[in-house]
Amino acid sequence: MDPARKRQIRLGVALTVAVLLAAALVYTSFSAGTEAREPSDLLAAGPNGETYKLTGKVSEEGPRVGGSLEFVIEDRDGGETLPVSYEGIIPDPFREGREVIVTGELSEQGVFVAEEDSLITKCPSKFVAEDGSIPENTFVE
Amino acid sequence: MEYLLAAVAILSVAAFVAVPLRRSGSEQPAAIAAAADLEDLEARKLAKYREIRDTELDHAQGKIDEQDFRRQDAELRAEAVEILSALDDQKSTKPSS
Amino acid sequence: MNAVGAAALFVAFLTAIYVVVSALLGTRGDSRWADSSRRAVYALCALLLIAVLSLELAFLRDDFSLALVAQNSSTTTPTWPYKLTAMWGSQAGSLLLWATVLSIAASAVLAMTRGHHREVVPWATAVMGGIAVFFTGLIAAGIAFPGAETWPFAALSPVPVEGQGLNPLLRHPLMAIHPPMLYAGYVFFTIPFAFAIGALITRRLDASWIRSTRRFALIAWVLLTIGLALGARWSYSELGWGGYWAWDPVENAALMPWLTGTAFLHSIMVQERRGMLRTWNVSLIVLTFALSLLGTFLVRSGILQSIHAFGESKVGPPLLILIATILIGSTLLIVSRLGDLRSERRIDSLASRESFFLVNNFLLVALAAVVFWGTFFPLISEALSGEESSLAAPWFNRFTTPIGIALLFVAGIGPLLAWRRVSLAGIRRSLMIPTAAAALAGLLAWLLGDAGGEPLALVLFVVAGFTIASVSQELIRGAAARRSLTGDPLLLSLGRLVARNRRRYGGYVVHAGIAVMFIGIAASSSFQTSEDLRLEPGQEARVADYTVRYVEPTESIDSAQQSLTFGAVIEVWRDGEPESMILAPSREYFSVNSQSDGAAPLRSFFEGEATSEIGRQEGLTTDVWTAIQPDLSSLDLVMTKVDRQFAQRIEQIEPGDVEAMRQLATDQGEAIARFAQFYVLNSPAANIRFNVNPFIFWLWAGIGIAVLGALLALWPGSGARRREVVSDIYAARLARELASSPG
Repeated sequence: MDPARKRQIRLGVALTVAVLLAAALVYTSFSAGTEAREPSDLLAAGPNGETYKLTGKVSEEGPRVGGSLEFVIEDRDGGETLPVSYEGIIPDPFREGREVIVTGELSEQGVFVAEEDSLITKCPSKFVAEDGSIPENTFVE
Repeated sequence: MEYLLAAVAILSVAAFVAVPLRRSGSEQPAAIAAAADLEDLEARKLAKYREIRDTELDHAQGKIDEQDFRRQDAELRAEAVEILSALDDQKSTKPSS
Repeated sequence: MNAVGAAALFVAFLTAIYVVVSALLGTRGDSRWADSSRRAVYALCALLLIAVLSLELAFLRDDFSLALVAQNSSTTTPTWPYKLTAMWGSQAGSLLLWATVLSIAASAVLAMTRGHHREVVPWATAVMGGIAVFFTGLIAAGIAFPGAETWPFAALSPVPVEGQGLNPLLRHPLMAIHPPMLYAGYVFFTIPFAFAIGALITRRLDASWIRSTRRFALIAWVLLTIGLALGARWSYSELGWGGYWAWDPVENAALMPWLTGTAFLHSIMVQERRGMLRTWNVSLIVLTFALSLLGTFLVRSGILQSIHAFGESKVGPPLLILIATILIGSTLLIVSRLGDLRSERRIDSLASRESFFLVNNFLLVALAAVVFWGTFFPLISEALSGEESSLAAPWFNRFTTPIGIALLFVAGIGPLLAWRRVSLAGIRRSLMIPTAAAALAGLLAWLLGDAGGEPLALVLFVVAGFTIASVSQELIRGAAARRSLTGDPLLLSLGRLVARNRRRYGGYVVHAGIAVMFIGIAASSSFQTSEDLRLEPGQEARVADYTVRYVEPTESIDSAQQSLTFGAVIEVWRDGEPESMILAPSREYFSVNSQSDGAAPLRSFFEGEATSEIGRQEGLTTDVWTAIQPDLSSLDLVMTKVDRQFAQRIEQIEPGDVEAMRQLATDQGEAIARFAQFYVLNSPAANIRFNVNPFIFWLWAGIGIAVLGALLALWPGSGARRREVVSDIYAARLARELASSPG
């Protein structure tokens, strides 16, 4: 086999593998992805057995009993709220007013049942209060 | 205050960067191109020497058999000689400044 | 003092513009303009350093008239290192860092190439200057657009008495150096990029642009590696989840340029030796640089959901435009030079180094593509289907694990091969021992570690064994070959061999380090023991072959940091070992109150930040890791009662009654101390996460080895001049030999 033909074959193999990889990426990602929803979206859709990534703000932090946590999540711009029942690690930055992402599904009882350890809390941006102002009590003459 | 400092800074920087601009003439593009050609050849020469040395090492380790080594070594050395002679040509035609 | 820095920073912007203008004028062949542009880069560096210095002095002075200092530092922030490193925690500070490191690297490369590459350097200077204009321009724009928060010297009025301090999560030495390492890594890729553009424009597409900038690419690689490792290490040792890599968008943002940068470091070797892959190389460095900018953009833009979300920032769109401009411009440039880029050479044989470097590149770029797709999938899916859908670690691991294994395998084969062609006998000879070692490693893992249940880990151990054996074989055989040539003793031969071929053997050490790292990853992922326990003080639990006992609760107060720490003493025994381990995990709660505000003194601790202190015992073979989540529900009633008492007291105090306020503060301090003791005496249960991570030490050790190998490869040659002389003698010999050889 002359070198030019060898090169063509190698190029062909490489391209084929690349195309196969791309196809695998695309195919698996659309089926493995978890869709993101805000509380208002979920409430509107109702419980349907699908798993979603619920994103929003913690409006009320509930009791931590044992390894589980109950809290209330609301839309990022306020509005609808949804109770969440969660078990697992609670990230260090978690508290009221923080933005969180938690994976799970909406139960028949209207509570969002979260998957274990799926709670992610966003690190706060540099010490600016939620409405953008700098907290009053830092200015003391 | 800042404006005064900024003006001082601008003047200092301007003085510093203007130094080369006060030189009388500059080299012709052709000379610069020739110098660049020389550099390219020097780079190729060193790369070629590295190749020759690596091939020797690989052969000493037994990765390349005797026949292949002789062939590759001769090829590389011929290529090196080509580069060396190109370098010689380049150096002799370079205009003396 | 701040005025000096502010003036210097603004003039830096003007200087950067001059760099571009004078460099472009210098491209016409007038070396006066080229020299002027080089001096302007030096001046730019000096000005930016003055700006940085004055900012650092402001931090050291607790100068809260600067918004930057007030928002990121406080009088109680420890000077070393947090006051000094707080600067780059902010957006303005990090942009300034980018520009400063760029000016330092640019000054270095221009000083090193002085008098050389006189066609390419002016164009490269113009490119580097252009990037500098972008960053200093963004910074200077912050003067006119204060909402963008890019001007570090923005003033605050009225001047606060106390700053907000550093986010407690960032009060860790690793977090202090992690950002500048990553940024410096990104910045150093600018240099080879700029020279590649210069080479393309001037059609000087031989390897000389690579020779001058290769070291900068390698330095970038080292810095990115360290930055990534520090981030992973911090996550493992400071966060309560116990992992080191989550395929989070911000982590991936730094990984992508690392992957393509690694590919670039390999493929330039092929171009230097064989003159091939020239188009590929310029494309790869453009891609790497674009990914570096993308990394900077992702972290600061807020377009992807991530735990690192820094909020939406205004610098996102300009960065995106810069990236697009660079990609489009570079692509057009490359396409226009395709004729000059094409090389005559072809790969001779599949069993050659070049061939495997190509495979290595293919795998690395495939890996980068997987990471890219997974990271941006939320945006892609939203664009295509209207729904934002995201991918998690399982999806990533499905693709990255097999590609990673294949890469490790190729990294093991590469050192065994030679350039151009290896003979069949040569291949057989080289493969024998590493294959045997691989099989042995697999057997050992099977027997000793019960790796039969984890096939993926088993494969990884086999491949890692192969790679480590291959590198070792190369070192030993190389030394033996040298000894046969020079007659030196073996150890000396080894030393001389490595010293004279630093790039080659440094690279081999990197491969060995990566193999060790993979062993650490495989062992700690596949064989991890993890259990969530709920224990009362005095209680014990059994986890695998460990006994875990909650000995007693602990408390401490830090009045400087305004924090309350609740923790536990945990005693752990391993079956068969007489000595127990004492671990002290805890959780530190930071009060939201400032020193003078006394509202709700107790509850304020639990409304602010909290950090985990991990109780950990590290070992060569195993890490025992514990984190605690104290159960605070039993303290609720007491907290509410005490806080209400203080609230009533505050109402009764007349404003201006300093003595009463002071008494209140003292009483509050006592109440907090009693509250802390109450926690201990009340002996509440706690949730304890108990992890046993086998061999995770080798993850860190492997990275360390890889970095050392890279540093070895970086080491400048003192014998370069000697080699030159030898080379010229060589040349004479060559000429003589060829003249005298027949035919």
